Order: sequence, then structure tokens, then C-alpha cells
Amino acid sequence: MSANNGEIKKMMIILSKGTLENVYAAFVLANGARMEGIDAEVFFTFFGLEAIHKKKLSHLHVATVGNPAMHIPTMLGGLPGMEALASNMMKKEMEKIDMPDVQEFLDILSASGVKMWACKLAMDMFHYKKEDLFEGVEEVITVGDFYKKSEGEGVHMLFI
Amino acid sequence: MEKTIAGKSIAVNEEGYLTDFKQWDKSVGEALAAEAEINLTPRHWDVLSYLQTEHKNEVPLSIRKIGKSGVVDIKEFYQLFPKAPLKTATKIAGIPKPASCI
Repeated sequence: MSANNGEIKKMMIILSKGTLENVYAAFVLANGARMEGIDAEVFFTFFGLEAIHKKKLSHLHVATVGNPAMHIPTMLGGLPGMEALASNMMKKEMEKIDMPDVQEFLDILSASGVKMWACKLAMDMFHYKKEDLFEGVEEVITVGDFYKKSEGEGVHMLFI
Repeated sequence: MEKTIAGKSIAVNEEGYLTDFKQWDKSVGEALAAEAEINLTPRHWDVLSYLQTEHKNEVPLSIRKIGKSGVVDIKEFYQLFPKAPLKTATKIAGIPKPASCI
């Protein structure tokens, strides 16, 4: 039996979405872990890869369609320019509360010792190459590799 | 509550943070660093005095601010205070634990 008293030692965060709010959720949780002395690793898969794709990471948007909490009627949310408008508003609010943009946040995570991995299957599907990704990404790995890295006591896994 | 640090009776909260910065001096900082198993070097002191100045000026502390401080970068900050850097450093500096999520 494990002698672990419930202490969280490592957070393994899987980011599968490329919407700004989800990317920030993953980044805040990873950074927050490191700030508490907890190890953190992020596995970017499917649309989550957009958050580490050099050409895309600065152009992420919030979802204005299918997001009832935005309080924008779905019909309006689908109009051209709505996502950009909502995203710009959100970015302004984030700057006010001292929230870094995606690129700066990646630099902070990297400097803080957060390990970042890209999913091989999704990389193949989107035809991305390792060179397309943010330099702080360690490696392109399989889901099996990710499980292997998640072994140990006090490791928690989170899917976003 | 009161705690004896470096031979002095010091007021601290339940997490061990000083509640009155006036009671802080370098020997208190050294004792708190020893508790956190940190050997203070001149680089540590640079960071600690930066944190104290920011606190005095009522600037909310965050890891982002540390990175932009020009005093220390984030990587070195984690090397100096390896486990929970901002929490540990503020405790040693005798100032409150930052409430920021970033």
C-alpha cells in the first residue's frame, strides 16, 4: 500500500482544446502547481497543439458559439468577426489582471520547469513538424509514453 | 501567534508568515531560510530586498512581475528558491504570502 498522505507531487495536464479559455485554464493550473512546489507536465493533443504552434499560438480565440456562459446568442456568435471581438475584449481584461499572453505564458512555464509534450498522433493528423512548435516543447511522444511519464506516487491527471 | 525565531519572539500567522515586518531583520531572515533548507547567498539577498521594496510600495507580487523585475529571471528564481519559490521567498523576506494565481 502507498504511504502517500494525499500530497500532490505532480500534475499531468492534457490540453485537447485550442480555445483561449481552455488554454489559459491549463497554463494557470500548470504554473500554479509549480508555484506551490508541485511538478507539472502538459501533454498537448488535437486542437491543444495550436497553443504551442508558433504560427498559431498568438491567434487563439474564445468560443462564441456553443458557449452559453458567453451570453451571446448563438446566431450572433456565428457572425463574422464575433470571435475576434470577444477575444480582444477578453485579452484586454486579462492584461488588466496581469495575465500574460500565450507566448509569454509559454516562456514563463518553460522557465518554471514545466515539461511540455506534443501528441504524436495529433501531430501526424495535422501534418505538424517539431520545428513548427514552441522551442520549450521537449518532444513528440505517444500516449503510451505519456502514461509512462505519469507513473509514481501523488501524480494526478487532468483532461482539459 | 508567537514563534521564537533567531532567539526573538516574533508574531507570525498560522502559516508562519510574519505579521509585523518591523520585527524582521537579517538574522530572522537567515533563521527562516534555514527552516526552508536554503543557504542564503548574495543573490538570494538581492531578490529578498527586491521583494521587500515591492511590498513596501504595495505592488502585488506575481511570478510574471518577478520575471520582469530585472533583478532575477524566473529560471534563476526557481533555482534560488526551488520549492514554491514565491511563497518561500516572501516568508523569508518577512512579508505576506502573495494572493496572486499567476
